[in-house]
Amino acid sequence: MYTFSSKLKTLSFILMAVGILGIGYGFLTAPKDIQEVEKLLAAESHGGHGEVKHEATSTSTSSHDGESDHSEATEEKKIVESATVVGSSSDSSKVDSTDVVEETQVVPVVKKEGGHELTAEEEHNEHLNHVLHQLQNKPWSALYVACIFFMLISLGVLVFYAIQQVAQAGWSPVLFRVMQGITSYLPVGSIIFFVILILCGLHFNHIFIWLDPEVVASDKLIANKAGYLNFPFWIIRAAIFLTGWSLYQYFSRKNCLAQDEENDNTFYKKNFNISAMFLVFFIVSESIMSWDWIMSIDPHWFSTLFGWYVFASFFVSGITVIALVTLYLKSRGYLEYVNTSHIHDLAKFMFGLSVFWTYLWFSQFMLIWYANIPEEVTYFITRIELYNLPFFGAVVMNFLFPLLILINTDFKRITWVLVMAGIVILAGHYIDFFNMIMPGTVGDRWFIGIPEIASVLFFLGLFIYIVFTALTKAPLLAKRNPFIEESKHFHY
Amino acid sequence: MSNKVIYAIYNDDDILMDAVKKTRAAHHHIEEVFTPFPVHGLDKAMGIAPTRLAICAFLYGCVGISVATAMMNYIMIQDWPQDIGGKPSFSYIENMPAFVPIMFELTVFFAAHLMVITFYMRSKLWPFKEAENPDVRTTDDHFLMEVAVHDNEEELISFFQSTGAVEVKVIDKH
Repeated sequence: MYTFSSKLKTLSFILMAVGILGIGYGFLTAPKDIQEVEKLLAAESHGGHGEVKHEATSTSTSSHDGESDHSEATEEKKIVESATVVGSSSDSSKVDSTDVVEETQVVPVVKKEGGHELTAEEEHNEHLNHVLHQLQNKPWSALYVACIFFMLISLGVLVFYAIQQVAQAGWSPVLFRVMQGITSYLPVGSIIFFVILILCGLHFNHIFIWLDPEVVASDKLIANKAGYLNFPFWIIRAAIFLTGWSLYQYFSRKNCLAQDEENDNTFYKKNFNISAMFLVFFIVSESIMSWDWIMSIDPHWFSTLFGWYVFASFFVSGITVIALVTLYLKSRGYLEYVNTSHIHDLAKFMFGLSVFWTYLWFSQFMLIWYANIPEEVTYFITRIELYNLPFFGAVVMNFLFPLLILINTDFKRITWVLVMAGIVILAGHYIDFFNMIMPGTVGDRWFIGIPEIASVLFFLGLFIYIVFTALTKAPLLAKRNPFIEESKHFHY
Repeated sequence: MSNKVIYAIYNDDDILMDAVKKTRAAHHHIEEVFTPFPVHGLDKAMGIAPTRLAICAFLYGCVGISVATAMMNYIMIQDWPQDIGGKPSFSYIENMPAFVPIMFELTVFFAAHLMVITFYMRSKLWPFKEAENPDVRTTDDHFLMEVAVHDNEEELISFFQSTGAVEVKVIDKH
């Protein structure tokens, strides 16, 4: 039996306490009204870089209008540039370039005036309102990203566990109890996540702009999606998915413990069956989940392989967490039968699925970049222009780094190499989720500051506390699994 | 000096593995082992150094990606930067996503093919190469261990008979 080390317990409490303080700080420092935003912007423009940002966001109520306007502006900019290049044979290039700058600055303003007949003051107020919403979203989004990230990690572990059961893997049964420990975070994480979703529906924040009836009324594109994107349907879907996953987690663990005390393999077979059914349910629910909880943050945008992409991201994170927890327990002497071959197998999964994530990341990016259809490409334009470092940094952390480190067979057995690679992969996938959610909620107002870090710390503390508490509840080696002997002697 | 070798023939891979371990323990130098199929763990038991073929493959992959990058940078960006369907050809990085499929394929192509050719060269395999099979049965169901004789013929024969060999032959190799 595992005993929760008091040091780790204290650490988890400290993380949660610091996290709560930071989250509270985030909510308290978010601006409450337009006056505060005005002061904030005034202070920024004295700093010098405020004007540039002001220009980049353009002026409109919601961030999504901002995006599309922005892309139209850039589109027109390109056309103007090529037109002047064609006609420039006789002129000197210097004159040309000033021409281009003037024209591109004029274009969006003209469009605005033609469309809405806004006075300068109204425009300024709209801009302030827009920034206010972004800043008010910031602590909420920070909480949302961390919450969904940790919940999906335990879901990723649950899927890996189910696959191992169904595939009748001979190497992994010695790790089943570790996986069950990690997945016991799922019910708790689901409840917190569900509460946040309900708070979104009760208009405590503007994370999902389609939940705002005013936006839906003025936005035809969103109004047309209201059959799918409406609060009751959305929250019922969420409830079904979260309950379904947690039910599998509960019964699978219960059967596994019952199998220990049994004389035949009835419970093993039961687990095999429910795992297969769970995997079918999962792949459908996962796809819909990714539309509901992540893609609908940008309700004007859609992508077909998005569900797979999200799946790859949290699946590889889940396996990394299994590896890290296993290494920790092994180093404390709790996993007698786990050897470097088991670790090696986990590391191969980390490596292979990192590449798989990159494949999907690139497939999604390249197809949209290549076709360059304005309604799809805005998604990446905001990310590349406003989130350049996190957007490409995630690829470096989730692809280049594991590719070069984990390609070596010997490295895959060295604890410190794996821990280092694992931490980089987890951080990279946090940033991946950050990239998926933040641009639609806070736009160019993003920063990885106190609210973001504190949210991660809080959920990390909670995760550690729940996972390691669950590990103390059952022996770390399943007794009567039909493959347990093979797994004990597994070597590669 | 005569070039005598002993051919100890076995008909089971488990017995062969034991024999290899005993031979190593008795400090007889194993020249070669012929088997009809890969015997798991044989290379470790014989003490053969691990292969470096994977390292070669990694380096060949690096060559492949360099070739792909240099080629497309020259053709598409340096030599004739046309506007093809509005794709930006001002610098390599600007148009890179379009080149990635080719970069990937050439990396795999170079890594795979050059590694295979390296394997053929290192293991001296080519068409019309004369087979070096000491006993035709080793391709079907027998295992053969070859050990050089240094004036200890009697001792070796009795040693290999004790390891469970179904047949022990002394051959004059030239």
